[in-house]
Amino acid sequence: MATTSRDLARPPTRNALRRALDSDIFYSFRRSPVVVAAAIVTLICFIGAVCAPWLAPHNPFDLKTLNLIDAFTPPAWMDEGTRKFLLGTDDQGRDVLSTIMYGARISLAVGFFSVLFAMTLGVSLGLISGYVGGALDAFIMRVADVQLSFPAILIALLIDGLARTTLPRDVHDRVIVYVLILAIGITGWVQYARTVRGSTLVEKNKEYVQAARVIGRHPVAIMARHVLPNVMGPVLVIATINLAIAILTEATLSFLGVGVPPTQPSLGTLIRVGNDFLFSGEWWITIFPGAALVVMVLAVNLLGDWLRDALNPKLR
Amino acid sequence: MSEAARAVPAAANGPLLAVRDLARYFDVSRPLLNRLIEGDRRQILKAVDGVSFAIARGQTLSLVGESGCGKSTVARLIVGLYTPTRGTIDFEGVDLAGLSRTALAPIRRRFQMIFQDPYASLNPRWRVADIIAEPIRAHGLIAGADAVRLRVDELLRHVGLAPNDGDKYPHEFSGGQRQRISIARALSSNPDFLVCDEPTSALDVSVQAQILNLMKALQREFGLTYLFISHNLAVVYYVSDRVGVMYLGRLVELAEAKTLFARPQHPYTRMLLDAIPDLEMSGRARIPVAGEVPNPLAPPTGCAFHPRCPWANERCRSERPELKATPTGAAACHAVEERRLPDARVVAPPALPS
Repeated sequence: MATTSRDLARPPTRNALRRALDSDIFYSFRRSPVVVAAAIVTLICFIGAVCAPWLAPHNPFDLKTLNLIDAFTPPAWMDEGTRKFLLGTDDQGRDVLSTIMYGARISLAVGFFSVLFAMTLGVSLGLISGYVGGALDAFIMRVADVQLSFPAILIALLIDGLARTTLPRDVHDRVIVYVLILAIGITGWVQYARTVRGSTLVEKNKEYVQAARVIGRHPVAIMARHVLPNVMGPVLVIATINLAIAILTEATLSFLGVGVPPTQPSLGTLIRVGNDFLFSGEWWITIFPGAALVVMVLAVNLLGDWLRDALNPKLR
Repeated sequence: MSEAARAVPAAANGPLLAVRDLARYFDVSRPLLNRLIEGDRRQILKAVDGVSFAIARGQTLSLVGESGCGKSTVARLIVGLYTPTRGTIDFEGVDLAGLSRTALAPIRRRFQMIFQDPYASLNPRWRVADIIAEPIRAHGLIAGADAVRLRVDELLRHVGLAPNDGDKYPHEFSGGQRQRISIARALSSNPDFLVCDEPTSALDVSVQAQILNLMKALQREFGLTYLFISHNLAVVYYVSDRVGVMYLGRLVELAEAKTLFARPQHPYTRMLLDAIPDLEMSGRARIPVAGEVPNPLAPPTGCAFHPRCPWANERCRSERPELKATPTGAAACHAVEERRLPDARVVAPPALPS
């Protein structure tokens, strides 16, 4: 993909790292300070979220460490704040910074796995649709059209509501994260399917695919080994941008009260809970999770935009 | 005829491949809704319409013709990329036309194809060694990664590349080198029969001769049989034993290469040969290439060539000529049959640019 005249002139090096550092993509990465900043912020968010049990100053879910006397402590730099709670505490005396780190963990996990699910589903259906063609293609694409005519959040609400009514309460609370991943994932597959189908239609008429057919490879092998690697570029870009959207969808669902419960709060749940205290003066309970969400989504989105431009040869 | 041919097992010196009455129609109609609303009729493109020929073992048959005459479609029909609308493809007495993908698998190893565009025929994401080894792995011909690699190195050397080229990606090679990789891939399953669809037309003139020489050398070494598709008459003269001239989906003339170039029978062949430029422009009179290829969706009645033929008469306009034996081979032309054509001018064979 990132072939330059330099690449052709130089003897081939097997050192993948050196080649990556020398590529066009890394060059365009270094050149843009905004993208570098976004990457650093994303990295901090990821590390903070993934390593929350080790990095967070408190464990907000360990009931032994909670003290209701600490409730509604403002951030450290305000008059009544203490160094112990850097960003203040919520109504139950939980450290806001720690809950944000633990909440981001759930938000990111739901976002990441729902994107993975949507990608797997969409790429498979798109490949089959484009490669096989005919009536199957028409069927898959009409289903995609129908789904596109509903807002994504509505479909997620529908699936979530269905799970809520059919599953017993205690089971539901345990599987809610998986239900969310499924619900958000299903809203996203259409985009992947359409992109992959378009690229597949182009690739399947290229002679290397015909050569594989002459050799007698199974159609599934041709799709997986020949077509798939050549249609994945745009998919990765969509996945990055959709990660931000998936995190926002999860936050929206949780804010509306149909997402994860307050006992295992995501960023959206934190914002909803904190919202109740916004007008009584305890603004930090909702503003800080909100700010964390905005920063995280913005950083991921900037990265996705950059990736889209960097991988698009027409914009170079 | 075909029943009798199939009953007798193919003799070792019989034709390797025999194609009988091969046809492929494409439905190029507009969508059903548009046809219903606008009253359009179904449109059928007869890309190949009743082509018959045979190729003897170790020989090269070339198909020539203008763009859109169906020569590439014949190639794709034979290797199974298209299913024929009609006709049989006998490969050593087995009809390939009716076989499913799994039934075809054991025979697949024995024929391969070389494609026109060396930039599109190699998967850009695969290393060259994997590209060449694909037929070996697909057919399970050699067991063990080391043994496969040894075979790939051997093949790379056969086509004039270095064994360590196998670790590179296709974009690191020039067009001619890529075509060599393509040839190595085609050879890797030890085929008997290669279909070459304009293998040199995307290459520089200087590289064309190298590739053709390589192909001829490999043919001698491995006893390969070629079906060679081209529109370049100089290339065809250089590589072929026999030549078939196609026009609008049908064979109009079939003859030994030397005879065809020296004494062309069909008016279309004469026109094609007259259009070859030569360095000794002796000011000789040429029949200019008149007219254009008719719309294949609405081919002319009778002989498809009659609107462009200076010798066409009423019979040519109404009755379609069949391929019939002539003193030099076979031609589908009423005028040739009725011997009302002037003797063909002896043309100097086209020179291959070196």
